[in-house]
Amino acid sequence: MGSLATGFTRLFGGRGWLLLAGFAAVVLVAIPLLRLLPPDHALYLSDYFVLLIGKIMCYALVAIAMDMVWGYAGILSLGHGLFFALGGYAMGMYLMREIGTEGQYQSHLPDYMVFLDWKEFPWYWAGSEYFWFAVLKVILVPGLLAYVFGWFAFRSRIKGVYFSIITQALTFAFMLLFFRNETGFGGNNGFTDFKRILGFALAEPATKTALFMVTGLFLIGTLLLCRWLVTSKIGRVLAAIRDAEGRAMFSGYNTRDYKLFVWTLSAVLCGIAGALYVPQVGIINPSEMSPANSIEIAVWVAVGGRGTLVGPLLGAGLVNGAKSWFTVAFPDFWLYFLGALFIGVTLFLPRGVMGLLDRWRRGRA
Amino acid sequence: MTRNGWSRMAFVLLSLIGVLPTAQALDPATVRQLAAEDGDTKLAAINKLVTAGDVAALPLFKAMQDDTLQVFNGRLVIVAEGGLRDAVTGEAVNAPPDKLGPIVVNNRIRGALDTAMAALKLIAPQREERLAAAKAVATEAGEEMLPLIERALEKETDPDVKALLVQASAAIALKSPDAARRHQAVQLLALSENPQTKQMLASLLEKKPDGGYAEPDAGVREAAQKAIRAIDSRSFVPQAIGTLFYGLSLGSVLLLAALGLAITFGLMGIINMAHGEMLMIGAYTTYGVQTFFRHYFPGAFDAYLIAAVPAAFVVCALVGIVLERGVIRHLYGRPLETLLTTWGISLILIQLVRTLFGAQNVEVENPAWMSGGFALGGDVVLAYNRLVIVLFAAFVVMLVWLLLNRTRLGLYLRAVTQNRSMADCMGIPTPRVDALTFGLGSGIAGLGGVALSQIGNVGPDLGQSYIVDSFMVVVLGGVGQLAGTIIAAIGLGEINKLLEPYAGAVLGKIIVLVFIILFIQKRPQGLFALKGRTAEG
Repeated sequence: MGSLATGFTRLFGGRGWLLLAGFAAVVLVAIPLLRLLPPDHALYLSDYFVLLIGKIMCYALVAIAMDMVWGYAGILSLGHGLFFALGGYAMGMYLMREIGTEGQYQSHLPDYMVFLDWKEFPWYWAGSEYFWFAVLKVILVPGLLAYVFGWFAFRSRIKGVYFSIITQALTFAFMLLFFRNETGFGGNNGFTDFKRILGFALAEPATKTALFMVTGLFLIGTLLLCRWLVTSKIGRVLAAIRDAEGRAMFSGYNTRDYKLFVWTLSAVLCGIAGALYVPQVGIINPSEMSPANSIEIAVWVAVGGRGTLVGPLLGAGLVNGAKSWFTVAFPDFWLYFLGALFIGVTLFLPRGVMGLLDRWRRGRA
Repeated sequence: MTRNGWSRMAFVLLSLIGVLPTAQALDPATVRQLAAEDGDTKLAAINKLVTAGDVAALPLFKAMQDDTLQVFNGRLVIVAEGGLRDAVTGEAVNAPPDKLGPIVVNNRIRGALDTAMAALKLIAPQREERLAAAKAVATEAGEEMLPLIERALEKETDPDVKALLVQASAAIALKSPDAARRHQAVQLLALSENPQTKQMLASLLEKKPDGGYAEPDAGVREAAQKAIRAIDSRSFVPQAIGTLFYGLSLGSVLLLAALGLAITFGLMGIINMAHGEMLMIGAYTTYGVQTFFRHYFPGAFDAYLIAAVPAAFVVCALVGIVLERGVIRHLYGRPLETLLTTWGISLILIQLVRTLFGAQNVEVENPAWMSGGFALGGDVVLAYNRLVIVLFAAFVVMLVWLLLNRTRLGLYLRAVTQNRSMADCMGIPTPRVDALTFGLGSGIAGLGGVALSQIGNVGPDLGQSYIVDSFMVVVLGGVGQLAGTIIAAIGLGEINKLLEPYAGAVLGKIIVLVFIILFIQKRPQGLFALKGRTAEG
């Protein structure tokens, strides 16, 4: 029992657990309960609100995954959007099969395949009608890709900006691949017009609430898992690699395996985030793989504060909240704001919002 | 004109625009088959209408392509602006919009419609239209078009169109059951300049699943082989030169885009994500100079490009120096942060240009001396603007080489690249060298922008499409050596163009990217690594 208790205190302080419990209560209890109210009630939460928060929670999951590699291991990936999109596509394939024959052309094939005059599903669509297989792919496809890529990259000690540029090229190459119609993933338009998941209609408010709650659960679980990892020995070694890889190596640590582990884990978490994102948003297309999207992930982490896990979660929320406000209120100014954020945070707030909170708390004490 | 005359003229006019039923009305039963469930039935109906050779089928095909041909109560109607019209008779139809059913037109049907419309246009009065139509049917023609093509051949006077039509009828004759006719057709096709005839001939030599050849007669097969050889030997040299040339020109573009990046990266070890935007600013400067010339020196318009070269260099160099002094110098030693900051700068620059010039592409005209090209024979043309870019890239490389090896700044720059702290100790003003080098790199990007404005669209997103490519050139070429960048750029350009015919442009590009990713695993320092004792940090 004692070790469990120290385990608890190791993860967060008393106030941290309280905040986490508060967050869980809002996401898993309060919001779903408010959704039960009649739609004309003043406190009723609209579908739009639930979608927005659900989306941001998916982004927050990605931000935490990114923080694991960038904040703790010092590896800046400019290709994390790829793993997110691959998870999304894996789930999207299943959702496309769930449409059944209700597409525009009433075929058992997706509409775009009818359009290409394909008669059968290509081989890599085999098994896509099973949910469990989709879940397996959500984890394995980004995971394997990251493992193989990382194995080669870390073996030849590619790091720093070289690694960043290569990951960017990787996601760019995949984007081009997925843009092709012949690749078999709907080309430009990707997957959309989903009807149901596991038999539940996606248009139903109850389904939306359920997806929202699942996303919240995954977010909290990921936060706990990552927090547990970084407070364990692995976290220490990762920080050592970040700060002085040569020394860590000479002290007898196999830095490659540590990096490979955290890199693959991060990719898998991104894939899960993508899989949660697609049924909520209802579309997945190759533009998710564009290099610009992946770089934006880095700014969420930078805004929140690298190496803090909670910071990137906040950062994803702040930046995306700002984005949805700007794109409605001042669409022309969003890029100015985002650009200034990139510059301002790196120049003036190297520790992000968390650093700011720290300074403020110490100032009061 | 008598009253009778007027009404007759009105009748002629109306039938011309297809409102009245024409003398040879379309067969209603065939038209109805266009709405069949099954794709093959649809194709058969299209072919039947083409064989009938009635121009009245044209609007029908057009409507089918536009998805305005719809089904109402088992009859076909065309949805036009003035309401619904019956597809066969042309009379107005009243139907509620929700009672209309669409007709599925997939890519196969769409292709068939294209050919069918082309075939019907063979008897159009304008030469250009006939020529385009003849080109379209020359290789795609099917048996059902033969009567139409023969009719067109009888009336045709233009030699170009005639040659294409002969080719088309030869293509049809290839499918005839009579071996002698097929033999004759093969010999006719051997004279063709059209690259697609080769494919057609090659398909004769293919094996069928049952083991026999697509062409049963051995004599015809031999003739086809001879014809292919004849076509190949005639077109091999121009084709090869063309491919190499376009590879070289793509490589030159990459080189212009990446040269400045290689210099700043080599010197400071930072990746400037806003480099693509320097290209964009260079292109917009060219646009500005062009507009200036059009307003004030319309007589010397063709010279605007020459004036744009120094202008773009100066503008971009200044922007670069301001960025270095204002932002980047605060981030030395933190390469990953610099990467993010320069990305932020690029976003701001893009949006700034969008605010100033609008989100649409602006028009940059080639000067007269750059348009056109040099015909090599076959269908290979070396475009002059590409040729100019190759020469321009060589000129820029020369300048940079002179600057690096024959000037004091170049000496300083090389010294700082090799060992920053030692250079500092020797009294080289490294901050000034940094600023000037960043300006130089940005200015070279501006020159690249001038070149890009001549071959592609100039819009706010111009730079974004080049960043990944220029990074690849820098990563492949290695740091600190001009030769590495040049070889990497030209090599990538050539490989891209050589792969294109086999893999297609997009797949070719993906293959190249994967190749670079693998190559970097083997040689993380690029093609040419600087030899030195500095251990990697």
